[in-house]
Amino acid sequence: MKIDVKKVAKLSNLTISPDEEVEFDKQLNDIVVYIEKLNSIDTSEIEPTAQVTGLSNKLRNDNFSDDVLSQESALSGTKKTHNGLFVVDKLVDTT
Amino acid sequence: MNIQNFTITDIIEGYKKKEFSVGEIVNSYLERIEKLNPTLNAFLTVDKQNALKKTEGFGSNLTIEQFKNFPLLGVPFGIKDMFLTRGVRTTAASNVLKDYIPPYSATAVDRLESAGAISLGKLNHDAWAHGSSGENSDFGNTLNPWNKDYIPGGSSSGSAVAVAASLSPFSTGTDTGGSIRLPASFTNTVGLKPTYGLVSRYGVISMASSLDSIGHFSKTVRDSAIILNATAGVDGYDATVTDRAKEDYTKDLEMGIKGLKVGVPKEYINEGLSPEVKQTFENSLKILGKLGAEIIDITLPHTDAGIAVYYIIQPSEVSSNLARYDGIRYGNDRSFFGKEAKRRIMLGTFTLSSGYYDAYYKKAMQVRTLIGNDFDSAFKNVDVIVSPVSPTPPWKFGEKANDPLAMYLSDALTVTINLAGVPGLAVPAGFSHDKLPIGIQFVGPHFSESLLFKVGHSFEQETKFYKELAHLE
Amino acid sequence: MKNTNYETVVGMEIHVELSTATKMFCRCPFPTLQDQPNTLTCPICLGLPGALPFPNKQAIESCIQIGLALNCKINKDSFFERKNYFYPDLSKGFQISQYLHPFGEKGYLDIKINGVEKRIGITRVHMEEDTGKLTHATVKGREVSLIDFNRSSVPLVEIVTEPDIRSGEEAKLFLTELQKIIRYLGVSDADMEKGHMRLEPNISLRPPGQTTLPKYKVEVKNINSFKFVDKAIQYEEKRHEELLDKGETPIQETRGWNEFKNKTVSQRSKEEAHDYRYFPEPDIPPIKITQDQISEIENKIPELPAEKIKRFAIDYGITEYNAEILTRDLKLAHFFEEAISVGIAYNIVPLTIANYIINKKPNIEELLPATLVKKIKEESTVLQIDNNVLESAIRTVMEKNPQAVADYKSGKVQIIGFLIGQTRQVLPNAKDTEQIRKKLTEMLE
Repeated sequence: MKIDVKKVAKLSNLTISPDEEVEFDKQLNDIVVYIEKLNSIDTSEIEPTAQVTGLSNKLRNDNFSDDVLSQESALSGTKKTHNGLFVVDKLVDTT
Repeated sequence: MNIQNFTITDIIEGYKKKEFSVGEIVNSYLERIEKLNPTLNAFLTVDKQNALKKTEGFGSNLTIEQFKNFPLLGVPFGIKDMFLTRGVRTTAASNVLKDYIPPYSATAVDRLESAGAISLGKLNHDAWAHGSSGENSDFGNTLNPWNKDYIPGGSSSGSAVAVAASLSPFSTGTDTGGSIRLPASFTNTVGLKPTYGLVSRYGVISMASSLDSIGHFSKTVRDSAIILNATAGVDGYDATVTDRAKEDYTKDLEMGIKGLKVGVPKEYINEGLSPEVKQTFENSLKILGKLGAEIIDITLPHTDAGIAVYYIIQPSEVSSNLARYDGIRYGNDRSFFGKEAKRRIMLGTFTLSSGYYDAYYKKAMQVRTLIGNDFDSAFKNVDVIVSPVSPTPPWKFGEKANDPLAMYLSDALTVTINLAGVPGLAVPAGFSHDKLPIGIQFVGPHFSESLLFKVGHSFEQETKFYKELAHLE
Repeated sequence: MKNTNYETVVGMEIHVELSTATKMFCRCPFPTLQDQPNTLTCPICLGLPGALPFPNKQAIESCIQIGLALNCKINKDSFFERKNYFYPDLSKGFQISQYLHPFGEKGYLDIKINGVEKRIGITRVHMEEDTGKLTHATVKGREVSLIDFNRSSVPLVEIVTEPDIRSGEEAKLFLTELQKIIRYLGVSDADMEKGHMRLEPNISLRPPGQTTLPKYKVEVKNINSFKFVDKAIQYEEKRHEELLDKGETPIQETRGWNEFKNKTVSQRSKEEAHDYRYFPEPDIPPIKITQDQISEIENKIPELPAEKIKRFAIDYGITEYNAEILTRDLKLAHFFEEAISVGIAYNIVPLTIANYIINKKPNIEELLPATLVKKIKEESTVLQIDNNVLESAIRTVMEKNPQAVADYKSGKVQIIGFLIGQTRQVLPNAKDTEQIRKKLTEMLE
């Protein structure tokens, strides 16, 4: 299977230059060819491993903590704020 | 004061014997950083102000009682820039977070500081922990103090070099596919990759969530155990940490390894190994034998599939973990990602995408089960496994930089350990004839760190490679 | 009444905001509408680097309760998954949700339409987290969108129905019943105006007689009341009919309801199918529930509306119609039953209390059940005439109207009305006709 670099870049919310498109096309498809070696391994009866810990039911009680950030702290990572809110360019698909 | 040889243990002993003060130690390290870091580029941020402030806070009259309560009292350390530090710039070695100042600290950092350790600053690494050589940082390469033309290994390049060049007695790191063990083995330092789920990942920038292991570098195995005593255990914020009774990891260090069954996986000893690595490894086996261990051949049949499984699962998780970096709430936008990050994000998006999920991600998860089973079976016959960490000694800058796949293949001996979630301890094992370090790793069952420390300590005390120092002006 | 010549096929997607003390994956307090923006966030819900989720046990129990109340099969092996997509209100760039193994599946909810019971299938009930809130403004001449993350990671239960709904009216009935159940469970206020409950119908039409699903469906968003669900469905029915009559298939798309113009508007020029790249959430171990734990959660479920209605009818001798009125609000139902237990001491039957409440609509917020009972007692005591006085009056009436008495005894029982009237003339203060009737009947035998 081949990677459509343009399509994947869009799905990844990344912009790539035409040069990068060419470079990545070769590099990524080489990698894809390599990882396809797994096809030769029989996994028909094998359960997938999503978690190596063997843990389950790690849940917490519905209690507060003092982790809440002040508004100032929450907004401190960027200058693009207005009246306590984060700002982005107007979104096209607005409900 | 010559701090080059100092271990954590040396420093604490020195404090207790009043041979020097915390101020003298901290200042010595800061001076050494000032002198050598411009060349080595291990530290991205040197936090002199905070370090001195903390130092003052400790005062000059430290009591023995205090060392009981604060096992790392007054010991300086460096922090891989993947760990968040409240109020101190944290970059992930990427332009995306070039000026980011977080409002909270990682659990591991909090615990080390609560144990009395003093942070000297943040350490360079491959951006987003994507790399095996240390060449992927957006802020320049970190150089190997043993030979500045050679890579120090990655991704925790700065962390390894800081300890190797004695810029700090210990440092934190992360190991997702070998990122602690590889640079440790390339710099003659001790690197621990703990069991997945032993140390909290909270506050450490996620690379691959099911593989990331929070570990550290030190000069000796004893030091490594002392550090783990501080960082291990449940914190209520990382749901993947196992709730276990507290353990003193230094307890069994001196017990010796007579009768220990040490397994050598036949798949690891193949034509891919450079002659020097093979030689070093064989010498190591002789030493283990001399110490009383029984060397047993074992098989880990799915070793060869490791890289393929890893380079499906890891980029998949990376692509999702890096989605939050959109420049809206913090940092710069996604155009600031470097090439390797973009590659991995796209590869991971592809392997998870509709129509491909079953063929790639699900398949990889299934082979991951087989790899885990390999280790479970092996540990029925042996107590620990020993192997080389890298098929070759360190290579020159630029040698593999343009061939991502070739770079990925250098992880062949380390990734299966992350896939199985088991712990791995890399220790110095010798040098190439170019005087480039070559390490070996001890691998054990889940939560067998005490055992690994025992073997590592015996091996280390017999060989004393840690006493060798890189020659820097 | 059908709106068109086709059969309407509607499935609903409902999101319910659970009223837990803290959020779904972090310990931030549950936000209110009064909070200043971005004052109830933490590294986790703000999607800061390095933050990790830790699930809220109470939220999961509430979700399972909703599943049980909707007769779902509860999955004993469940886990969370990441739904990956980019949008500014989604702080992590993925939403932690469920896909393959939701907590609840394959349930149903029975509703009554014009007295006929109908079963609406419930496909799934699952747990997920809410996003931040977007508003739009012009700041310094620039058109922008503004984001408040207070709502980020609030627990949401998503309920998806089978496409069993056949009209706007049915949709309203279904939603009303669902809302009642959720309020009875106490897991959410389910207040539409406050955004606790969000609705999205998926609408399509098919020729009558066809049993397979239509090849398209239209999702309608931005509906914030049950009334508008009905209107939106009706609007879409007409719109689809027009197209289908022309031989065209309505475009599969998402449309927004415009409540001012009473119509739906297309939201996307080209339907882009999202590729959410679901995979198991690696930061959260799976949830394994035993049958015992399910039973324990089930035991905590209070009596639900349908059960309560039946019990009221049987135990208190009231009609199901009236029982439904008394159980629309759980507070009222409790009030009613408390009043009944007080009423026992005063010899007031449940039926009396029921009728009083339904007809007189007392304000139960300002009244105690005991006070209500006293009131009823007073009002009826005033009406009661002393037994001897009544008997004496009736004797007088019977003596004065021998013909009427004879007529009654010969079978003309309706003449009792005349005799009651005569009695009331003798006793102008006697207002309780029931008491008079009883006594007359007794004495006429």
